[in-house]
Amino acid sequence: MNARFEYLLRLGDDALIMGQQLGLWTGHGPVLEEDIALTNIGLDQIGQARAWLTLAGRCEEKGRDEDQLAYFRPPAEFRNALLCERPNGHFGDTITRQFLFDAYATELHAGLCHSEDSEIAAIARKSAKESAYHLRHSRAWMIRLGDGTEESHHKLQNSLNEIMPYAEDLFYTDTVTALAASEGWGIDPSSLRDAWDTHVEEMLKESGLNRPQSTAEQTGGRMGQHSEQLSQLLKEMQVLPRTYPNAEW
Amino acid sequence: MRSPNDWVSLLETVPDPEIPVLNVVEMGIVRSVECPNNTIIIKITPTYMGCPAMDAIADDIRSKLAPVAKEESKTLSVELVYSPAWTTDWLDDTAKAKLEKYGIAPPGKTSDKRALQGEPTEIQCPHCKSKDTRLVSLFGSTACKAHYQCNSCSEPFDYFKCI
Repeated sequence: MNARFEYLLRLGDDALIMGQQLGLWTGHGPVLEEDIALTNIGLDQIGQARAWLTLAGRCEEKGRDEDQLAYFRPPAEFRNALLCERPNGHFGDTITRQFLFDAYATELHAGLCHSEDSEIAAIARKSAKESAYHLRHSRAWMIRLGDGTEESHHKLQNSLNEIMPYAEDLFYTDTVTALAASEGWGIDPSSLRDAWDTHVEEMLKESGLNRPQSTAEQTGGRMGQHSEQLSQLLKEMQVLPRTYPNAEW
Repeated sequence: MRSPNDWVSLLETVPDPEIPVLNVVEMGIVRSVECPNNTIIIKITPTYMGCPAMDAIADDIRSKLAPVAKEESKTLSVELVYSPAWTTDWLDDTAKAKLEKYGIAPPGKTSDKRALQGEPTEIQCPHCKSKDTRLVSLFGSTACKAHYQCNSCSEPFDYFKCI
């Protein structure tokens, strides 16, 4: 198994699925500014995905580029964390998913800036600036809605209860992450948990939301075990290049 | 035969597609120009990872410079690099003045990352110069801008985010 390829796929697929989901908000945002914000963030994440997947394709050495990896893999070959494929739901659901991811991505990118692989470090340094900005946005909404009206608080608490167990998948460790950490080109995601938890705790304190009591943590995304939601998402994302392979515009 | 500086002068005639008052050199997108043997290698870096203008910029550079390169029987290559990461510090005072005149509030003097970390920053209205302005949205018409409104003259305007 090519560990670096596997690791880069995880980074790329997380960003790709998050970005694609935000793209689905185009024209559906609750207000114009938020419509623009969500799609701006989505665009950043698609850009990050492109960089990670391009590098993944090079590491694989089978001649696949970022488009082939994005458009011509079936769901079982995707390595995104289960959190990323949670449905958009209502705005509060999307913001909750985004916050939990942004808090992780901020720490991940900061850590990867020190990668011994100069290409990984370069992409991370660029992405770190973006994810910090994304976190500022999603965190502000968590606080605004959590500390808003009774209804917004109630809705957001439900979103958190439902979505947070899937964040566990971000911290999944196996031989790939162990090798990434020991060789110094990647990081062990479990080492990010404390910093991630601090972001969550601070948000909870300011928003008045409660930490969900669920212990039913969900993992499997890194092994290609996905929900039906990912198949639906990929079907829409991949239909055009699969129908017209090699089409250019 | 043209020197790297001559090629930079040519690049200065390629405008940024989103902010046409600035050229790609002023924007800090062009990172280096090298002319080894019979090639001209131009390295460009994105302002934001997903900046949709990058492909257009590379195309614009090619269409402007490739015919000139051909005259000298040289091949032109435009390469994308991520490191060092683009920063608004690369916009000099002239570029910032042009932005302001165009109606975009320029980024602050230093990338002290205050904006990234959510601390309040003082943004001056590019129209009436009032500092009494408010943030409407962290995200504006392009990835590199935020959306503000002036409390004095009520005009909405874009602010070039400091990164």
